[in-house]
Amino acid sequence: MTSDARLMLLHPEDDVFVCCSSIAAGDIFLIEGQPVCAAKAIAMGHKVSRRHLAIGAKVRKYGAPIGSMTVAVSPGDHVHLHNLASDYLPSHVLDTGNSEAKR
Amino acid sequence: MTMRGYPRADGRKGIRNVIAVAYLVECAHHIARAIVTRCEDIDVHLIGFPGCYPNEYALRVMQALGTHPNVGAVLIVSLGCESFDRKALQEAVAASQRPVDTLVIQETGGTAATIARGVQSVRRMQAAISMIRSIPMSMSDLVIGTVCGGSDGTSGITANPAVGRAFDRLGAEGAACIFEETGELVGCERIMASRAATPELGRELELSVHKALAYYTTMGFGSFATGNSEGGLTTQEEKSMGAYSKSGGAQINGILKPGDQPPTGGLYLLDVVPDGEPRFGFPNISDNAEIVELISCGAHLTLFTTGRGSVVGSAISPVIKICANPDTYRKLSADMDVDAGRILEGRGTLDEVGTEIYNAVVRTATGERTVSEELGHQEFILTYKTFEPIGPACLPMRQSPVRRP
Repeated sequence: MTSDARLMLLHPEDDVFVCCSSIAAGDIFLIEGQPVCAAKAIAMGHKVSRRHLAIGAKVRKYGAPIGSMTVAVSPGDHVHLHNLASDYLPSHVLDTGNSEAKR
Repeated sequence: MTMRGYPRADGRKGIRNVIAVAYLVECAHHIARAIVTRCEDIDVHLIGFPGCYPNEYALRVMQALGTHPNVGAVLIVSLGCESFDRKALQEAVAASQRPVDTLVIQETGGTAATIARGVQSVRRMQAAISMIRSIPMSMSDLVIGTVCGGSDGTSGITANPAVGRAFDRLGAEGAACIFEETGELVGCERIMASRAATPELGRELELSVHKALAYYTTMGFGSFATGNSEGGLTTQEEKSMGAYSKSGGAQINGILKPGDQPPTGGLYLLDVVPDGEPRFGFPNISDNAEIVELISCGAHLTLFTTGRGSVVGSAISPVIKICANPDTYRKLSADMDVDAGRILEGRGTLDEVGTEIYNAVVRTATGERTVSEELGHQEFILTYKTFEPIGPACLPMRQSPVRRP
């Protein structure tokens, strides 16, 4: 199914797209043919959910698990530190005021 | 285009002919730096070790650097009372048939006298090594490292896999290619092990990552910085999968530790995480510590990928900087050698950027300066570590005849 040209799928089994051109708040973009309105801006390099993901679900990117969901998400949601955590080591983040997603 | 190298007594060839000025304790740093500054020569580089306590690893790395193919001569600057074994360093460099001098500040008359003597010494070395004529060099003479710094969500889809393409081609043509930072391979250990030359090596590859995970767990942080998350990376294993793609798709021929030279061409992993219980802090406190270790394994140059935008170069071996993020490239293009982020804007493919990286390697090995060299970047950092020698399963190719045509 078609998705937005601004979103890149790295592996057919992946649960997330990578944003390869920034999406502004309020932009409409397509996830698997379904339109979604961006609640917040999504910067280049950030991840967008491809489907519903429950708490505890393993998330795949590059076809490999990159962590587990700590908050459930819907298709088109920004997937980052506020809803995804490592299965290995916690991610330390300095609050520089730039980080749009804090834990 | 023919690659050319300066022939060294051990059979290796250098793509640069650098004089290394090495301080052996922080107390000698200012004098060593003043000597380098006064020489005003792009090929006189400052290296050194800050600590006063002895450390076998630091000695081994300094010996490897002092006898590195890119180094033509070494000036050692010692305060006099530090524990670094200056005699062992001097002897290793002398045994390699390079000019070497040692100045001991406490015996030379202090700051001004040592700086003056050091400048004279470097002038003599410049005259001596300028007599060395470069000779043609083949791909199998070349050792290439790769490192990523300031990674973001674009690194793993542009610059890193493009380096992987370049590595596949360089390794197939006989170059030794080294990737590293086992802490940034956490989560990839099984996938990586499946590419090992032997099952025993595969097991060692997995163990090296387990060691890294245990070490970083004790430290309380993974190899993950604030900028990584601002650039869209969320977890260590996500960053790892992106970093891992620098290794390309070739068979992994072995594991090295700092100071070990790859015995053949092809792909090697450098294990940078200390052995034993965590003792001296984080394995590599910044990107240049990793670059120094790649150089200690003989790397003639380093392919450095960056998404957020690192500007560093290195002492001794040139750094080629490959920018993963097109927005970063627009801001920092004067610090970058290769624009890999253009892939995201439809202005190039992974194969095209991989070829561009390959060509940049060849040009750098013909003597062309990289951007960071031109800008005067010569960063260097070396700190305390402890390593056991590599195990017998780590270099399966060493048992086979070493083929370096």
